[in-house]
Amino acid sequence: MKENNVIEVKGLTKMFGDFTAVSAITFNVKKGEIFGFLGANGAGKTTAIKMLIGISKPTAGEAKVAGFDVGSEAEDIKKNIGYMSQKFALYDDLTVRENITFFGGIYGLSRARIKEKTNELIEELGLQDFTDKLVGSLPLGWKQKISFSVSLLHEPKIVFLDEPTGGVDPITRRQFWEMIYKSASKGTTIFVTTHYMDEAEYCDRVSIMVNGKIEALDTPKKLKELYNTETMNDVFLKLARG
Amino acid sequence: MKRFRGFVIKEFYHIFRDKRSLFILFGMPIAQILLFGFAITNEINNVDIAVLDHSKDATTEEIINKIAASSYFSIDQFIERESDIETVFKQGKIKAVINIEKDFSQKLIKDGKAHVQIITDATDPNTANTIYNYVTAILQNYQRSKNNNITMPYQISPQTRMVYNPELKSVFMFVPGVMTIILMLVSAMMTSISITREKELGTMEILLVSPLKPFQVIVGKVVPYIFLSVINAIVIVVLSIFIFKMPVEGSIFLLGLESVLFIITALALGILISTIATTQQTAMMISLMGLMLPVILLSGFIFPIASMPLILQVISNLVPAKWFIIIIKGIMLKGVGLQFIWKETLILLGMTVFFIGLSVKKYKIRLE
Repeated sequence: MKENNVIEVKGLTKMFGDFTAVSAITFNVKKGEIFGFLGANGAGKTTAIKMLIGISKPTAGEAKVAGFDVGSEAEDIKKNIGYMSQKFALYDDLTVRENITFFGGIYGLSRARIKEKTNELIEELGLQDFTDKLVGSLPLGWKQKISFSVSLLHEPKIVFLDEPTGGVDPITRRQFWEMIYKSASKGTTIFVTTHYMDEAEYCDRVSIMVNGKIEALDTPKKLKELYNTETMNDVFLKLARG
Repeated sequence: MKRFRGFVIKEFYHIFRDKRSLFILFGMPIAQILLFGFAITNEINNVDIAVLDHSKDATTEEIINKIAASSYFSIDQFIERESDIETVFKQGKIKAVINIEKDFSQKLIKDGKAHVQIITDATDPNTANTIYNYVTAILQNYQRSKNNNITMPYQISPQTRMVYNPELKSVFMFVPGVMTIILMLVSAMMTSISITREKELGTMEILLVSPLKPFQVIVGKVVPYIFLSVINAIVIVVLSIFIFKMPVEGSIFLLGLESVLFIITALALGILISTIATTQQTAMMISLMGLMLPVILLSGFIFPIASMPLILQVISNLVPAKWFIIIIKGIMLKGVGLQFIWKETLILLGMTVFFIGLSVKKYKIRLE
């Protein structure tokens, strides 16, 4: 593994019976990078992410995440990554504070550390009046911001965000991306999937998956030049339509 | 361990903040035990009957007085015509009519034989049967008292003793059954629902990505329900002892251990269901159809297994509840120790190991 790479993927493949969901994908992600992982629905993004976060075993190929092998060292990977899924995933019937305490707890943070982190997080998100409100009573955009902060509680090296901004208004999305930038600037690597092509423009590098393969991988600027288009949206359409 | 404790605390928040699950957990056991104990009963008491006496002589009056004197029946009315019989049944209050033929005394003396007709409303067959048995018993009793001074060439006199439940209280039968149902419901249904809920909400994925091991997640979800089921078992036993005077002849300690074993069997079933079901609704349907029905129908709780068709008798062996009911009846009513119920205990233990093994296997497949 090169000094700078936090994710190294080589020929990673996943088969379900005869169906190849992910077909020999190869790429690297550098430390502190915001890496956009794009693709149409069913292109194999979620399957690929599941292998990288250690809850699905690859059929072939190899991948190292935070220096650990996804096949044999999944448990070590789990300690070093954060994950936020497309399904919103805090507990609605727990308060903001209880959610933070719970997730801090399962990552093995000490009680003092959890308290410190809770205050920090509440300060940052301006949630002082809502600490002891049930999460279920908060607007979706807030929940997603809390969810993102919670996935960063244990200060992981890499955060995987699977369509984090689905169903959120543009202003909240903007704020969300500011949060992403902020943690990337602190050295956290961000691995993000999205369907919003304006968000793709915010990424340092972008890969586009079509039918289980990575068809393009570069900075948004270079991709637009390569495909001779104005926007990432057009790049995506050109690739996805074949 | 610390991670695990946080997990269990979270699980208790879920339970105590959900009014529906709270009701199922604590309202239902109490409601069921009281309902079964008081409302649903096989005994008859003060059943209203009518008498159609065509003779109206000394003997028939004696018989009628005997019947009226028993606490089982109260004579609501005397009717005069055969055609009234149907009318009183249709009105619904009268459950039986005692129809005494004409010239009863004379026939009895002359022929040594006279007839009493017992007509019962068999829209409820169980009650009809019981009424018939009780009236017959009263008549036979009367006959015996009349024949006392005559010696018959042969006489078989049955001496009946109802052991373990001398008063034939049906609540003694219902308590073990209700306890089984409740433990099954709380343990299997509630756990399978709470696990599938995490799947539905997407939090299960987050938990699997966390450093928590899958078995820690499952055990963490299950521990609160073990705790609550034990409390439920205690509530049921205490209620049945103090309200229904149900005896606990055997060791309370053994009863407790066996209950914990059954709770774990049910939890294992719940986990197994949650590996199959992906939504809370499916989990609930599978629990209700796949677990509750067999518990009610095939466990011997209400319908005796011995009188079922052979195929059902064989199937009933697969129902864990059947074995648990045998165990608790044994301990509570007969006061038996482990030496009499080790076989049933072993069967439950074997089932539990099997269900857990199967869930672990299923769970692994799912993660692949």
